[in-house]
Amino acid sequence: MKLSEKFDELKNKNEKAFIAFYVGGDPNLELSEKALSVICKYADIVEIGIPFSDPVADGITIQKADVRALKSGMNPLKAFELAKKLNEKFPEVPKVFLTYYNIIFKMGEENFVKKCKESKISGIIVPDLPIEEADSLYNYCKKYGVDLIFLVAPTTPDDRLKKILEKCSGFVYVVSVTGTTGAREKVAEETKELIKRVKKYSKIPVCVGFGISKKEHVEEICKIADGAIVGSAIVKIVEKYVDENGKIKDENEFLKELEEFVKHLKKGTKIKSKTKEKTVIKNI
Amino acid sequence: MKKYKDIYPDENGKFGIYGGKFVPETLIPAITELEEAFKRFWINNEGNFREEYYRLLRDYVGRPTPLYYAERLSEELGCKVYLKREDLAHLGAHKINNALGQALLAKKMGKKRVIAETGAGQHGVATAAACAKLGLECVIYMGAKDVERQKLNVFRMELMGAKVIPVFGGSQTLKDAVNEALRDWTTNVRTTYYLLGSALGPHPYPMMVREFQRVIGKEIKEQILKKEGRLPDVIVACVGGGSNAIGAFYEFLDDDVELYAVEAGGKGIETGMHGASLCAGEVGVLHGSKIYVKEDEFGQIEESYSISAGLDYPGVGPELCFLKDEGRIKPVYVTDDEALEAFQILCRLEGILPALESSHALAYAIKLADKLDKDDIMVINLSGRGDKDVQTVAKALGKEI
Ligand SMILES: Cc1ncc(COP(=O)(O)O)c(C=O)c1O
Repeated sequence: MKLSEKFDELKNKNEKAFIAFYVGGDPNLELSEKALSVICKYADIVEIGIPFSDPVADGITIQKADVRALKSGMNPLKAFELAKKLNEKFPEVPKVFLTYYNIIFKMGEENFVKKCKESKISGIIVPDLPIEEADSLYNYCKKYGVDLIFLVAPTTPDDRLKKILEKCSGFVYVVSVTGTTGAREKVAEETKELIKRVKKYSKIPVCVGFGISKKEHVEEICKIADGAIVGSAIVKIVEKYVDENGKIKDENEFLKELEEFVKHLKKGTKIKSKTKEKTVIKNI
Repeated sequence: MKKYKDIYPDENGKFGIYGGKFVPETLIPAITELEEAFKRFWINNEGNFREEYYRLLRDYVGRPTPLYYAERLSEELGCKVYLKREDLAHLGAHKINNALGQALLAKKMGKKRVIAETGAGQHGVATAAACAKLGLECVIYMGAKDVERQKLNVFRMELMGAKVIPVFGGSQTLKDAVNEALRDWTTNVRTTYYLLGSALGPHPYPMMVREFQRVIGKEIKEQILKKEGRLPDVIVACVGGGSNAIGAFYEFLDDDVELYAVEAGGKGIETGMHGASLCAGEVGVLHGSKIYVKEDEFGQIEESYSISAGLDYPGVGPELCFLKDEGRIKPVYVTDDEALEAFQILCRLEGILPALESSHALAYAIKLADKLDKDDIMVINLSGRGDKDVQTVAKALGKEI
C-alpha cells in the first residue's frame, strides 16, 4: 500500500498514524519475522531497519539491536525477503526501510530502489543522507515510485526546511530532539514548536520520532502531528528478553509483551472528541 | 602537468567523487556554521587569525621542525635521506598542528566545549593540550580497548584537564570513538565543537585539517630548497586517516615529485588483518564522506588492524582517495614486521625513536631506496616520536621491560 493511501484511510477513520520501528534480523531473522508480524497487527506503518555496522544517528538501544542482527547473519538481501513475506500477510500495512547510505550505495542505488519496488516497500529513510547528497537516489525513487522520506531536525532553519519538503514524499520525519534515537521520559517543548513550524510549510503528513516511548507521548504528539514513530521503546523489549548469546529466553512471553505494548501505543493515535479530550487533560 | 593545488574541494565539499557531507540532518547547520567560520577566520584572516595561529606554532609547538639530513641512514640506503622531524613538535607528533588550529577556531566561534575522538591517544593528547592552553572544556572519546592499551596517554590527557570517555560499542577502537563523538555532537550541537583528528569526515573537515597540516609541506619545501637548492625526488609519508600525508604532500602536488602514501599492511593484506583501505579497500561512505573503506560485500564496515594504533582505521580521507585515482600519489603498504624492523634501524643508525606509524613510512622508504641513485633526494615525514610505542615494540620483540 502507498503511504499516501494509508494517511487518507486514517483521516477517514479520524485517526493518526502509529509508526513502529523494528530492526530486521533482531535477534535473528525468524524471530524478527514473528515480532514484525505482531507489530503489523496494530501499527499503521512499519519501519524495518536494515542493520549497519556504524549507525551514527542511533542511540545505544538500536545500536545493540543492529549488533544482534548482524551477528545473527542479517543482510540487506534477507531484509528484502523479510519484507516480501510480511507483505503477503499484511498487504494493507505500508512498510518502509530505514538504513544507512553505505548499504544502499554498496548495492547500487538503482538496484536497491528497484528491489524495494519489487518487494513492495513503500518508502526509504536514510538518516545519514541529507538533501545535498540525495539527488541520484531521489531520481531513482521517482522513477520506481518509491517514497524517499527525509528527516528534519530542531536545528533545521526555515529556508532549508522548505528545500527538504520539496524533495520529500510519503511523510516528513521530524526528529523531535537534537540527539540520537533512544527512549526519553517526556516530550520536549521545543518539539511542539518544531512540529508547528514544519506543519506550516508541509503539504505532506508530518510524523514525529526520536524519544517517543509511551502512549501518553503518542497522544501528545498526535494532537498536533499526523503520526508518531516509536523505535527504541519497542526494541527495548527485545533487549529485556535476550541473553548474551542473542537467544530469546521465553519467546511466547516476549511476543506477548510486544503485542501488549504496540496495541497500547496504537490507542494513543485515535482522535478523541473535544469533551473527552478535556477529561483526559484533567486526569493528567 | 595537471594542476591539483587550490582547486579541490569543490563548493559541495567534493574531491572528484570523494568527500561530501553524509551526516544526520541535525548536524548540517553545524557543519555549515563551521564552513563559514573557517572561511572567515582562515581564508579571510579575520582578526589576524593566521598570525595568531602561526605565532602559536612557533612559540608553543616549536615550529618550524627541522628537516634533518640523516647521514648514516643515507649511507646505508645509498641516497640522500632527509627526515621531517614532526616528532620534535610539542607532544611528539604532527597532531598538534591541527588540534591547535581547530581549537583556536572553536574559541573564535564562541564554543566553550570541545569533543574529540582518539585512537592511540596522540590526537587526544594534542586536543587536551590545545584546550588547556585556550581555556576550553575538553571531552575525549576513546575505544575501551584503546583506553586499556594506551593508559599512559589517557593519564596525560587527564593531567591536562580532559575527560576521557571509554567507548564500549562495536570494535571498541577508533572507528567507534568517531561514532560516539558524532553522537555527542548531534546531541550537543549548539554548544559543542567537534575537533576531528585527521583529514576525514564530512566537509569542511578534510579541507580544514589539510590546511592546518599544510605547514609541514611548506616547511619541507623551504628547507630543502635552502639545503639542496632543488626539490626532492620522493616524499614518503604514512597514512592512517591521511592528515600527515596530505600535509606533507600538498605543497608538492603540482611539482615533479613522487609521493608515496604508506598504509598499514598489518599481518598481510591476504589475511584481512590490515588497515590498507587505499590499497585494498572499496569506495564507500563512512563517517560523513565518500572514501575508500574496508568493508564486506554488503557494505558493513570491517574492523581494521595494525600494530600501530594510529593507522588502525578502516578508511582514508577523501583527498588522498581522489589523488590515488588521479595517479598523483602512489599508495603502498608495509607489514607490522617490516615497520618493526624499520623502527629498530632508525634507533640504531640515528638515535631516533620513531612512532610506529612513522616507522611504516620509513620501512617503505628503505625498500624504495633500491631504486634510487646516490644523488636522489628522499624526504620521509617522521610524523611522531616512538616513546609511546616502546612497550608495544618490546612485546613484539619478546622482551620484558
Ligand atoms: C605519529 C602519528 N603518525 C601518523 C598518524 C596517522 O594519522 P594521519 O594519517 O592522520 O596522519 C598518527 C595517528 O594517531 C600518529 O599519531
